[in-house]
Amino acid sequence: MGSPKVSPVPPTPLPSQVVKDDEPILVAAAKSGDIAAFETLVGRYERKIFRLTNNITQNKEDAEDAMQEAFLKAFEHLGGFQGNSRFYTWLVRIAVNQALMKLRRRRPNLVSLDEEIDTGEDTIPREVEDWGPSPEERYEQTELGSILSDVIGELDPSFRVVFQLRDIEELSTEETAEALGLSIPAVKSRLLRARLKLRQKLNRYFQRGGNS
Amino acid sequence: MKCKGLFAELADYLDEMLDPALRVEIEEHLAKCKNCRVVVNTTKKTIEIFCNSEPVALPEDTRQRLHSALEKRLRRVQA
Repeated sequence: MGSPKVSPVPPTPLPSQVVKDDEPILVAAAKSGDIAAFETLVGRYERKIFRLTNNITQNKEDAEDAMQEAFLKAFEHLGGFQGNSRFYTWLVRIAVNQALMKLRRRRPNLVSLDEEIDTGEDTIPREVEDWGPSPEERYEQTELGSILSDVIGELDPSFRVVFQLRDIEELSTEETAEALGLSIPAVKSRLLRARLKLRQKLNRYFQRGGNS
Repeated sequence: MKCKGLFAELADYLDEMLDPALRVEIEEHLAKCKNCRVVVNTTKKTIEIFCNSEPVALPEDTRQRLHSALEKRLRRVQA
């Protein structure tokens, strides 16, 4: 009452806010067998889930299969979803498992995710060239997407998956650790290493003075 | 604090999970050390670029295969 605000046009909610608002309603409807509600959820997340499975598997065919299996499993096990986390977080965990199964099948010698790995040197990298403001604006959106996909694909899978969950899907450290069966220190250590490696790889595109 | 000390705390610093006193120490080091400043700033920018990146649209054939597979299996599960 007596609010000094005069705002004839209500602020437009961000897409993420819209998701949070109606997601529980859609999930409840899907749980009761409403296929259309589930398809709405699929339509909302299919691009993100495909990017996730594609980044993990680095193979379009495997990524597509993993995405399909993830959505199907999600529907079949929706009854067991308690709503303690966001539906999307739960879906991400399913998709990660599907993608990792594909990756392991194709690359049986892959280092186990829970294996101790050498995280390399323990000193800060030497770097003198800055990127300047908004270096990503030098590229068209699709070109930037392709650069990001390429550089993340160059990472070792055990770093790539952790980075994907923490910094792209924005899961917490605890959620990432739980989804991957890793300890929290292992998640933190791999995440830092992944971030520094990606930074170094992006140097060639974003450093001041060109992209060679 | 020296460069090596900063590196040891960098994970928590980037995630803003450090206690304030340690954070101040790091920021004092960053104000003096150009190398660490560049590395930290560009690492923050790396995270931001990935975090803000929008997934591209699904290829249409991929999308069609997904929805047709879903339709088949979902109706079977429901039956």
